[in-house]
Amino acid sequence: MTQWLRELLFLPERASTFADRVDALHYQVFLTTMGVWAVITLVMGYFFVRFRRKRVEQSTEPFHPPLSMEVFFVAVPLVVFLGWFTIGFRDFTWYRNPPPDAIDVYATGKKWMWKFTYPEGPNAIDTLHVPVGRPVRVLITSRDVIHSFFVPAFRVKQDAIPGRYTETWFIATRTGVFDVFCAEYCGLSHSRMLGKVVVMPVEEFEDWRAAEREQSFAARLDADPTRDEARATLVTQGERLALEKGCGRCHTVDGTPHLGPTWRGLYRSMQTLTTGENVVADEAYLTRSMMNPGAQKVAGYFTDMPSYFGLLTNAEAAALVEYIKSLKGEEPAPGAMR
Amino acid sequence: MSSTAHGHAASVGNGHDAPAGHHHNPGFIEKYLWSTDHKMIGFQYLFTGMAMALIGGFTVYAFRMQIAFPGMSIPGYGRVTAGDYNALVTTHGTVMIFWVAMPVLIAALGNYLIPLMIGCDDMVFPRLNRLSYQIFLVSALVLISSFFVEGGAFGGAWTSYPPLSSKSQYNLTGVGSTLWVVAVALEFVAFLLGGINFVTTVMNSRAPGMKLWDVPIVVWMIVLASILFMASVGPLVAGAVMLIFDQNFHTGFFDPVKGGDPVLWQHLFWFFGHPEVYVVLLPAMGIVAEVITVFSRKRLFAQRTVIMTAIAVGIISFFVWAHHQFVAGIDPRMANVFSVTTLIISIPVAEMVFVYIGTLYGGSIRLTTPMLWALAFIAEFLLGGVTGIFLGASGADIYFHDTYFVLAHFHYTFFPIAFIAVFAAITHWFPKMFGRTLNETFGKVHFWGTVIPFNCIFIPLFVLGVRGDHRRIYDYRHFPDSMQAGMQDLRVFATLSLVVLLAFQVVFLVNFFYSMFKGPKAPANPWHANTLEWAAPSPPPHGNFPEGLPTVYRGPYEYSHPDRKEDYWPQHIAPEGA
Repeated sequence: MTQWLRELLFLPERASTFADRVDALHYQVFLTTMGVWAVITLVMGYFFVRFRRKRVEQSTEPFHPPLSMEVFFVAVPLVVFLGWFTIGFRDFTWYRNPPPDAIDVYATGKKWMWKFTYPEGPNAIDTLHVPVGRPVRVLITSRDVIHSFFVPAFRVKQDAIPGRYTETWFIATRTGVFDVFCAEYCGLSHSRMLGKVVVMPVEEFEDWRAAEREQSFAARLDADPTRDEARATLVTQGERLALEKGCGRCHTVDGTPHLGPTWRGLYRSMQTLTTGENVVADEAYLTRSMMNPGAQKVAGYFTDMPSYFGLLTNAEAAALVEYIKSLKGEEPAPGAMR
Repeated sequence: MSSTAHGHAASVGNGHDAPAGHHHNPGFIEKYLWSTDHKMIGFQYLFTGMAMALIGGFTVYAFRMQIAFPGMSIPGYGRVTAGDYNALVTTHGTVMIFWVAMPVLIAALGNYLIPLMIGCDDMVFPRLNRLSYQIFLVSALVLISSFFVEGGAFGGAWTSYPPLSSKSQYNLTGVGSTLWVVAVALEFVAFLLGGINFVTTVMNSRAPGMKLWDVPIVVWMIVLASILFMASVGPLVAGAVMLIFDQNFHTGFFDPVKGGDPVLWQHLFWFFGHPEVYVVLLPAMGIVAEVITVFSRKRLFAQRTVIMTAIAVGIISFFVWAHHQFVAGIDPRMANVFSVTTLIISIPVAEMVFVYIGTLYGGSIRLTTPMLWALAFIAEFLLGGVTGIFLGASGADIYFHDTYFVLAHFHYTFFPIAFIAVFAAITHWFPKMFGRTLNETFGKVHFWGTVIPFNCIFIPLFVLGVRGDHRRIYDYRHFPDSMQAGMQDLRVFATLSLVVLLAFQVVFLVNFFYSMFKGPKAPANPWHANTLEWAAPSPPPHGNFPEGLPTVYRGPYEYSHPDRKEDYWPQHIAPEGA
């Protein structure tokens, strides 16, 4: 019956538990409203034919509606509408409260693609893999403009808003591949923004996720025995780099000043420049100081640092920054000097 | 305040004791462009609105053709790029709502009808009225000029959601987007001035004897709509200023990186945007009330109920706006409130529809063109209204939001409002406006040629929306599932129906302009109607009532009174023996 109604009303295929609820409400509202609309229009049409003017200056009988009639016409729609409100609101609340055991996936909209990330990896562009029959919660945000995560087969839709996370969730009821649209107009290539959600059997999904994690870039680096340093964290890589590049000739890591400022406690500290300006030594400043040291020089140091532009790769610069970040501010070790 | 208003009205009135139009021979500019006469200002708004409707119609033609025949060179436009498409969609929505529906329904009809229907010689603030139109004209020119600047017209959709609308690297139309906001803000200033004028005029300048319940429904509706507009527009004007600052001075009201919030704009926009629907609906409802009573020769079924429900609609309309944000992540408890108000607001509107249909009962219905339009309004608007229920029930809205279902729903409300009701008004008051009669056959051809294609456009779009088509898509070929059997056929069918609908508007324009100059002369009261405008000559001269301002003795809908031989009893005719 409902399958037949679904096709009659042109609803697309249904592949989530929420879709069943939406469609059930839709059938009720559709059948009732269209029935009422037909009755009202037919009554109007009947009046139109029945009370057509037959001769010029034909006068009409005055008619004063009883109050009961007006009450009737207010009360009946009110009761029906509030009934729909109750159903719609019940479903809406259900929809906005994901079960606690749901699998989390992060979805980031950006012009003009969806990026899906599982907390422990992997991540993927435009293709979301989910297990069938298990609740999946999608945490949605945007990198630029407002997008909207829309899976017609699941009947779910949630705006992706920059600067905040919104969430939606679903339980897919069958395996298959379904469209992910962006329902909120998002600029020039809005009509090229298309993702897919792949619903897999649970075991297949677990296998897929494990395999993907194994194949991820980080996992491959960790697994490679010939690349010892790659297994290290960024901080230890940075520590080794500092030794190799000889940073310690001018910078200490114990908090005492030397030819250059100490690295301990440097990150996010306020530094006064030779120009008298104050800057916060954030990632951007630290990177800039490696590449163009003379541009924003901390006051009180006289030696000019050479530029490492071209001598450090991006990854190396990032490792050094991470190393500096790891050196949290402490009391300097007594007498310590490299 | 009110004493100056009266003083002014009196002095103008004295000036017109002399036969109309003889006190002064105005030149072309003074008569047609610099006039303070409310009728001329009404015409200015009407013709500007009609010209803008041509722009709105042309833009929809161009982008619907692109949807139906993607990549094809469109006759009369050329190839539509994705950027063009976005600008066309934006312009269509903006123009049709702000530069067609608003000026025609509120400003044109309000200016033309209010002084005539309440029996006075002009608006209380005629120069303010002139200024209102001039600002409106500037706003229209600013909007049109945005097509010719670098980057082209604004491509951020008529709802203009930031960050898309606030950053030119996103919308790619930096100058156009600022011009768009400036034009919208200017236009609001124009209607604020007009609204002040309408309310003051109706409060102060009614004919002697005219109590508030004797004021015709359409005047009630325009005044209520003006109040609604003035009360709701403030936040949006503030929002527009913030948007201009975000666009040009790199402030961060709507920028999360700078601590702003893009959803704030949605609240400001829809706090205005939803009452706006009722701002245009109420005058349309008023027009239909006038037309239906005149052509069914009946008292309005329940006049006070209509006014009370209109007031109720106005109040509730301030509490429904967040139903546009059910999927923007608002708290379910907040959605709760807005869902229930959204469903409740349909009840007073449904009540009005019942009253109008009840008026037909036992009537003596004349099948004139305005009556056809009025009945079509009820049937079509009803369909628009009930499809709103689908969206008001918040659970179902999650699916239908931002699909063609929403689009078809609001076109089923806006098209009846902005076109069907307006055609009812124009065909009804044309004899009064121009002193000549429209051709009925042409009128009926135009009626069927508009209403049938209208349904052929939007019923397929309902189907596509239910099917899951999302909005503002330049080329559906990018979505294989949206190109399944039959779906593109529906898009083509809707587009061809649109072309037919547009073509039939030529019939209207020919009828309108031919009859304006060459139509048979109309008597003062061709429809045997009761309201005061029919007591004035057709067309009314400067000052409106050359035989002196009328006095009112009864309500506006005394049709088929048992004590009268004629089936109508104009408001200004003194009772026998008085």
